[in-house]
Amino acid sequence: MFAYYVDLAWRSLRRSRGLTILMVLAIGFGVAASMTTFAVFRAASGDPIPWKSGKLFVPQIDSAGPGNGNTDNEPPQQLTYPDAMALMRDHRAVHQSAMYRLGVSVVPDKAGAHPFNVDGHAVFAGFFPMLDVPFAYGSAWSHADDQHRAAVVVISSHLNDKLFGGGNSVGRSINIEGKNYRVVGVTDHWDPKPMFYDVVNTGGFTTQRDDVLIPLPSAIDANITNQGTTNCSRPSPEPGFVGLQHSTCVWIAYMAELDSTAQVSAYKRYLDNYARSQQQAGRYDWPPNNRLRSLPQWLDYMHVVPSDTKVSLLVALGLFVVCLVNTAGLLLAKLTRRSGEIGVRRAIGAPRRAIYAQFVIEAGMVGLTGGVLGMVLTALGVLAMRVVLPPEIADLARLNVGLFALTVLVAMAATVLAGLYPSFRAANVQPAWHLKSH
Amino acid sequence: MLKMTHLSKVYRTEVVETYALRDFSIDVKEGEFVAVTGPSGSGKTTFLTIAGLLETFTGGSYHLDGVDVSHLNDNARSKIRNEKIGFIFQAFNLIPDLNVYDNVEVPLRYRGMKAAERKKRIMESLERVGLSSRLKHYPAELSGGQQQRVAIARALAGSPRLLLADEPTGNLDTQMARGVMELLEDIHREGATIVMVTHDPELATRAQRNVHVIDGQVVDVAEDRVFSTSQLAEHSPA
Repeated sequence: MFAYYVDLAWRSLRRSRGLTILMVLAIGFGVAASMTTFAVFRAASGDPIPWKSGKLFVPQIDSAGPGNGNTDNEPPQQLTYPDAMALMRDHRAVHQSAMYRLGVSVVPDKAGAHPFNVDGHAVFAGFFPMLDVPFAYGSAWSHADDQHRAAVVVISSHLNDKLFGGGNSVGRSINIEGKNYRVVGVTDHWDPKPMFYDVVNTGGFTTQRDDVLIPLPSAIDANITNQGTTNCSRPSPEPGFVGLQHSTCVWIAYMAELDSTAQVSAYKRYLDNYARSQQQAGRYDWPPNNRLRSLPQWLDYMHVVPSDTKVSLLVALGLFVVCLVNTAGLLLAKLTRRSGEIGVRRAIGAPRRAIYAQFVIEAGMVGLTGGVLGMVLTALGVLAMRVVLPPEIADLARLNVGLFALTVLVAMAATVLAGLYPSFRAANVQPAWHLKSH
Repeated sequence: MLKMTHLSKVYRTEVVETYALRDFSIDVKEGEFVAVTGPSGSGKTTFLTIAGLLETFTGGSYHLDGVDVSHLNDNARSKIRNEKIGFIFQAFNLIPDLNVYDNVEVPLRYRGMKAAERKKRIMESLERVGLSSRLKHYPAELSGGQQQRVAIARALAGSPRLLLADEPTGNLDTQMARGVMELLEDIHREGATIVMVTHDPELATRAQRNVHVIDGQVVDVAEDRVFSTSQLAEHSPA
């Protein structure tokens, strides 16, 4: 009977072309608006490292004290250099890394080639296994390299293409800020969005990419300054980059991997004990006020998903609901025109469920056609995203088979849902009343 | 075949009860051709819709082909309508966007019949009504008489035990009406049970038996006799 209902639906849709076109347009535009904004929202709000995000934590230590510009008694979002180095020394997590943002110039080997600027981070060796950074060539540097302040570097595949034509550059040297660094690894197209390991300095979504990763102690030694945010509650005791390292300013991002709830509890106790020891040492004159947020909690706390993306999605969903209500109204109008046919079908033996199925399938076909139109419009919508959203957000919306399939599926499911009431009404047409009225 | 005993149908509103049928009894035997006559509003069509299981009744009993139909659910009633009853309506009630073949096919589709069997029955029915050459025509392309013949073919295709006809010639001119009546008579001669509602006394004369209804009650049952126009007029409202 399914094929029969499909055939009847096709005839019905052809018969009232005007209504059909209106319904298909309503569904097509509604679903396209929703799916376009959903594509952006999904990318913006998706878990950047789903297999591990629950094990990654961001510690916060209140190094500023109450009334020092903190809102809601929240500790600063980054750490002071002394606190970060203390946490690194104590090594209480499975993996951990302090980090700060770099903006450095690279001088190519080739004669006549001009230096160029790249972005990056100064990190510790634990950064790589903690974030499961994939390598095309080589690997991360070792903890020993951190300790010996080795001049080593991990570069992105993009920079590797640019400097070495994409070949295996492990062992080669690159000149960063006038000093040679030995390449130990090349990441394999690793450019997570959002840049979850340092949302304070990047806002999460950025068009910039980490092309160089240098051991933090080596970067400090080389006086490679912080290009990220620096917040100071008190002036630095001495000027310059060295002064910053001795100050109470916060500028170091930090992340730790904790694999069990016991480890998380222990780490919280450790942070409190550390703050208490600093209080006893006279460095802080306030009780411990620490936080330890998991990565998802941290991204939420930092409002990484832009609020306008959420608003756009809500507006688009609202538009889709309006389109569905209109479609339900148009389906009801069709039903009114076809009550005679329904009466006849019921009289000659169609049970209610057959009429119901016929109309639900008709609604499904409207949804399918609307979904196909929606696919085309979604593709156009994603391309048009750049006009209404910043490029770093708009770039996230990607066209793929999954998005197209979802568009059609949502259109069909929603239209069938909108068609349930008209179908129910159709199935309950009283044949006797209709036939008497003729 | 069709037996109603003291059957009543009441339409209730908050302020008034209207009896469409009251203490209505009729017994139609297998193979009979019965005409149900009466003036407009007498309850003829209500009788026919109840007989065709398109409407429920308020009181009394109704047995169709030996089955008490008073407590059947929608599925069972639909199944009986589909398998045992053929309807012929005054307004033909063909589905406009289906061609002749597809219109006749509709009841067979709901019976879940295989395509080959459907085709055989459709062709036989259309040949029976003389329209086998119009398979691809749409209702709008046919005359009124031809449309009614298609409706009759649709009713016959399922080999029903009972044919219910509601003013089958009401929308036709005299010549077409004669043709349709002759067809019904032929079908009756072949053994079909037919109950025809009409307010046309001349048509009623073509039936074996007349049942006259006024104000929802059977007032006269005449077997093998012919009502005259004047006799019917006596029962009609002024």
